[in-house]
Amino acid sequence: MTFASVSAVTVTLLLVGVFFVIMMNLNNVATTIEEDVEIRVHVDVAANEQDREALGEQITQLAGVKTVQFSPKDKELDNLIESLGTEGEAFKLFEQDNPLNDVFVIKTTEPTDTMEVAEEIEAFNYVATVKYGQGKIEQLFKIINVSRNVGLALIVGLLFTAMFLISNTIKITIVARRREIEIMRLVGATNSFIRWPFFLEGLWLGILGSLVPIAAVSSAYYYAYGIIEPKLKDHFIQLIEFDPFVYQLSAILIIMGAAIGIWGSLMSVRKFLKV
Amino acid sequence: MIEMQDVYKTYRNGVTAANGLNIKIDAGEFLYVVGPSGAGKSTFIKMMYREVRPTSGTITINGVNLSKLRDSKVPLLRRNIGVVFQDFKLLNTLNVYENVAFALEVIEEQPSYIKKRVMETLELVGLKNKARMLPTELSGGEQQRVSIARSIVNAPKVVIADEPTGNLDPDTSWDIMNVFEEINMRGTTIVMATHNKDIVNTIKHRVVAIEGGRIARDQQKGDYGYEA
Ligand SMILES: Nc1ncnc2c1ncn2[C@@H]1O[C@H](COP(=O)(O)OP(=O)(O)O)[C@@H](O)[C@H]1O
Ligand SMILES: [Mg+2]
Repeated sequence: MTFASVSAVTVTLLLVGVFFVIMMNLNNVATTIEEDVEIRVHVDVAANEQDREALGEQITQLAGVKTVQFSPKDKELDNLIESLGTEGEAFKLFEQDNPLNDVFVIKTTEPTDTMEVAEEIEAFNYVATVKYGQGKIEQLFKIINVSRNVGLALIVGLLFTAMFLISNTIKITIVARRREIEIMRLVGATNSFIRWPFFLEGLWLGILGSLVPIAAVSSAYYYAYGIIEPKLKDHFIQLIEFDPFVYQLSAILIIMGAAIGIWGSLMSVRKFLKV
Repeated sequence: MIEMQDVYKTYRNGVTAANGLNIKIDAGEFLYVVGPSGAGKSTFIKMMYREVRPTSGTITINGVNLSKLRDSKVPLLRRNIGVVFQDFKLLNTLNVYENVAFALEVIEEQPSYIKKRVMETLELVGLKNKARMLPTELSGGEQQRVSIARSIVNAPKVVIADEPTGNLDPDTSWDIMNVFEEINMRGTTIVMATHNKDIVNTIKHRVVAIEGGRIARDQQKGDYGYEA
């Protein structure tokens, strides 16, 4: 029973640890990408200078808009030519008769507002097209949210299981010491005095259960970091650095283990101390 | 010292075990509680140390109103009340000395005080020379002496005993009664539920007869009043 309850804590915290590492890294990636999220508003060619300025003003007034930058079509063409390198030379022909649009580049205060702001802009006059993250950002957010909820539900279920197993283990000790507790209450020992040894037992079971997950998650992250990080070097994505992330995670796991243990012990003693 | 006013107790199964109890017990008294089985004697006794809470009515002990006593203060109440049972309730893994010391250790008394008090108390109950023996190595009468020693080691003002001689043969019962007499002589109030007719009729004290949760008779130097 003791083994079962410690293993329950171990399994729970192992999953909590793995889940936590994945979620934090996904969040980190999402934040990195978020910073690159922008809305590009192509201005209709029919718009004159006044119309364009009015549109810029309208966009600036929108709630949730952080910055609005104007990029004239000549600059857009330069950017295009530059980004295509040698092949871009061909586009130089267009310098005389630029087919591109003037563009407003917009950043929102909250990256998650991107879609909403973009839809509002689409309704404005002299807007040719509105482009933003093309749904990839939204998909990533959705994936993160769904996996976060699934993971949380799983973990809450496991936490309860671990807590009940610990509480049952302690209940066995309590039943074995039933007469002792009965006499303690009879001669006037306080509830906290009676509770103390069981409190300690729960605490130890919980901490004991957190040791394996801490060791496993830390070393796994250390190796995974060594292998994955170099491969990501060329991309804009980064893993969270080992130090202090893993130490913080370890602290969280040990605290969770202790909390499960204490909770379990208090649950099981409570009934025996009712007056 | 102990006072009950209109005390009623109906258990959750609907049984009424106290049906309007009124009684006043003075400091230093020795009170026998008699009556048929199931009359409510144990309930009467359990309400005094708040093992059972009355459905209604007031119980006062040493000026403390038990119905107003917070749960957290119950341990303090119990330190002033010694309780003795028919089945001794000793810890078989502990020796005589340790069983008695247990009562002081769990209320966190000083070790030097514990040693002194335990030895004094074992001497009073006549078990000083058996301090290192286990309960299983003792006779029933000796086990009950250990239990009595444990109940008085903290010098309570009241000792409550629920059929303390119920499991003992007649000779041993008289010995145990002598221990209670000695304790009472030193000023401790004693409330004792008993079925022992000879003892009640010989060692005369106040007798309260409970029948159907009511006090049917309350008599100074009374008789047992029932056929054995
Ligand atoms: N915890 C309890 N729950 C329900 N009924 C109880 C409980 N304790 C006692 N009773 C009932 O209350 C009545 C009085 O019991 P008790 O006080 O033990 O009487 P006595 O000690 O005189 O034999 C009995 O009918 C008994 O069955
Ligand atoms: Mg009884």
